[in-house]
Amino acid sequence: MKRTGAEILCETLQRLGVKDIFGYPGGAILPTYDAIGRSQLHHVLVRHEQGATHMADGYARASGGVGVAMATSGPGATNMVTGIATAMLDSSPVVCITGQVSSKLLGSDAFQEIDITGITMPITKHNSIVSRAEDIARAVREAFVIAASGRPGPVLVDVTKDAQQGTCELDWEAATPKLPPKRLHPACEETEFARAVELLNSAKRPVILAGHGVQIAGAVRALEAFVRRGHFPVAMTLLGIGTFPATDPLNLGMMGMHGEAWVNRAIQESDLIVAVGMRFDDRVTGDLRTYATDARKIHIEIDRSEINKNVKVDAALVGDARELLEQLLPCLEPRDRSEWVEYIRTLKGHSAVRDIQSLPDSGHLYAAHVINDLWKETKGRALVVSDVGQHQMWEAQYYHHDRPRSLITSGGLGTMGFALPAAIGAKFAKPEDEVWVVVGDGGFQMTMCELATIVQEKINVKIAIINNGYLGMVRQWQEFFYDKRYVATPLVAPDFCALASAFGIRSEKVGTRGEVLPAIRKAREAAETVLLDFRVEQEDAVYPMVPAGAALHEMIRRPSPLVETATEP
Amino acid sequence: MKTLVAYVENKPGVLNRVASLARRLAINIDSLTVGPTENDEIARMTVVVHTDEQGARRVQASLEKLVDVLLAENISGRPAVVRDLALIKVAADQKSRPHLMELVKVFRARVVDVAPESLILEVSGTVHKIDSLLEVLRPFGVLEMARTGSVAMTRGADLLQPPAAAEASAGCAVKPN
Ligand SMILES: Cc1cc2nc3c(=O)[nH]c(=O)nc-3n(C[C@H](O)[C@H](O)[C@H](O)COP(=O)(O)OP(=O)(O)OC[C@H]3O[C@@H](n4cnc5c(N)ncnc54)[C@H](O)[C@@H]3O)c2cc1C
Ligand SMILES: Cc1ncc(C[n+]2csc(CCOP(=O)(O)OP(=O)(O)O)c2C)c(N)n1
Ligand SMILES: [Mg+2]
Repeated sequence: MKRTGAEILCETLQRLGVKDIFGYPGGAILPTYDAIGRSQLHHVLVRHEQGATHMADGYARASGGVGVAMATSGPGATNMVTGIATAMLDSSPVVCITGQVSSKLLGSDAFQEIDITGITMPITKHNSIVSRAEDIARAVREAFVIAASGRPGPVLVDVTKDAQQGTCELDWEAATPKLPPKRLHPACEETEFARAVELLNSAKRPVILAGHGVQIAGAVRALEAFVRRGHFPVAMTLLGIGTFPATDPLNLGMMGMHGEAWVNRAIQESDLIVAVGMRFDDRVTGDLRTYATDARKIHIEIDRSEINKNVKVDAALVGDARELLEQLLPCLEPRDRSEWVEYIRTLKGHSAVRDIQSLPDSGHLYAAHVINDLWKETKGRALVVSDVGQHQMWEAQYYHHDRPRSLITSGGLGTMGFALPAAIGAKFAKPEDEVWVVVGDGGFQMTMCELATIVQEKINVKIAIINNGYLGMVRQWQEFFYDKRYVATPLVAPDFCALASAFGIRSEKVGTRGEVLPAIRKAREAAETVLLDFRVEQEDAVYPMVPAGAALHEMIRRPSPLVETATEP
Repeated sequence: MKTLVAYVENKPGVLNRVASLARRLAINIDSLTVGPTENDEIARMTVVVHTDEQGARRVQASLEKLVDVLLAENISGRPAVVRDLALIKVAADQKSRPHLMELVKVFRARVVDVAPESLILEVSGTVHKIDSLLEVLRPFGVLEMARTGSVAMTRGADLLQPPAAAEASAGCAVKPN
């Protein structure tokens, strides 16, 4: 039976297990939309194509599968660029399908023609253009394999209108992905493996750096076994949060620019670093010349090009984190490293006095209080999607995640506006999960149009706006490094509650500490989306902070009256 | 200067991906040549880049990450034959022609076109050899020049072969945690 390319596209997606597509229609993709209408696929109409890509990204990160976004040619496709780049930098498997003008018009500057494969070349793992109906199934199947295998990433398939309209038989066998044969590297060289084992067994002050790759590899349990046997303390990158239970005594917390002081000190004083599925981002290392200078380094990483890119390592194990951790496990000699772990705990004790949680209630509402209450009230079981800025760092510091894929945030690109749409995608992936959006007043205004998507789809996500009246993270830099010249950071916002009600969404303003818990409770009881507008301290800063380019131990600490009485460790 | 050899899919856009990659890594390409292989689905590239050993490793690993690249190898430092080809149009009259013919012999170049006022010389060899020839030709007047950029091959038993075709095995199943 002959079918149109558009029908084949839908059939292919369905056979690949796709249920939800996030997209926005237009002329060049219209044949496909017509076919979607006749298929079992559920299409989520977004309000901006950037939102579609973030939703697909959120869907992918929450589920571990592939998220699918769709748009028309020209402006529809270019609106996807930010979302594609976001997925690229955080290794998220997203497949974007764009419509394109008919193949005979290619290169003629036809209406809404844009070279989207050219534009997205450096921000996709791969992309392709399909101009015949016969090639659609294979291209889409290949896109899924490429997006999800190895180091995941976004793939874009640009489908011309005539390919969607053309007809042919769907031959599933013939459409089997045939990717170019690749040279096979030995999973990991024996000498490197032996060196790693030796380093692991002789380390006195080791620290494991667990990254996003641990979750991607499905290596959470393998990591846990590894950590227990070696009695290793674990620090996490922002995207690694959730790979190891936050409440476990061996978990130190987040490392890096806004990592806890004791974590960074432990790294700087360690004699062995074991980096698993993390890429030594500059937010993680600070000044490379002063980074963990006493430590030997082992890097467990699937992407060869990450080895020795930022940090020179003593043993590189190239391969899948789960397989490698499982292979290393029997080689580990069980060790008691209580002394080292205990030492780190004392560092922690010194920092705790600076913690905002220990400050007496001064009548001010701090974002940290809001996040901490949210954590307590949800018992740490919510799936939190955070945006970018100060609130993102407070979320990372004060919401203690115990399970993988329970924090979704834009780390590498730091895309403001990510959280709301990504949370919508995450909710589609995990309808049973309690999904919370933690977002700033700035970032919320970037993609708040997606509130309409929430309403149209009747989904239930809880939105916590950390409203400080500023582009807070930038204001903080101006406070510290530009003599408090607050240029372009004070921010006027609409009345978010009035806005919510215009969309038909329930909301509540919260201005004091005492109101936080009741508001969260009420929101959780509601079976629909609720928006909470937390009016927090305007000029609060995220502490500690390693200034960009400084050494990891050169932290700016929270000035506090209590600090005077605390003894410096 | 580092020399890399790559086998790539012989299809449109691949050259663009390789060039785009170098630009993204902020590494200057000195020369890039592409040619067919025995298999018409596969092309062979020689890329000469301005970088150090560490940079070459990054280019190599990043190249191999491209879906369309089958294999990439940094052959700098390995025994290899590296050759450029140049066509050089040089001014020549009755008087200078014998001198030029002398140089052609010394450099084992060939005269491939003779006109009343000029000659075209064809010369192949190392970049250094071609540069040296150019140096001595300059006083006669070099009117035009076309160079291919380097092609390279490792010597002896050090074979660089594209990997054999294999079904894409990688699945896209969720890896549960
Ligand atoms: C305002 C702001 C502040 C920030 N501050 C901090 C901070 O203080 N601390 C911090 O940590 N981050 C911070 N970040 C985030 C930071 O920019 C990076 O995004 C983050 O550090 C990257 O974490 P990662 O390396 O674990 O994850 P990714 O960047 O996603 O890298 C994952 C790595 O795992 C590898 N991998 C993938 N699959 C596998 C597999 N199967 N097996 C093995 N390896 C695999 C990949 O190849 C990759 O190298 C901040 C971001 C923002 C926006
Ligand atoms: C799209 C985009 N533009 C600009 C920035 C730079 N930036 C990083 S954080 C930040 C401020 C965020 O303000 P807000 O959303 O109110 O969050 P807050 O820091 O106040 O918690 C800005 C402008 C960015 N990360 N993303
Ligand atoms: Mg703000």
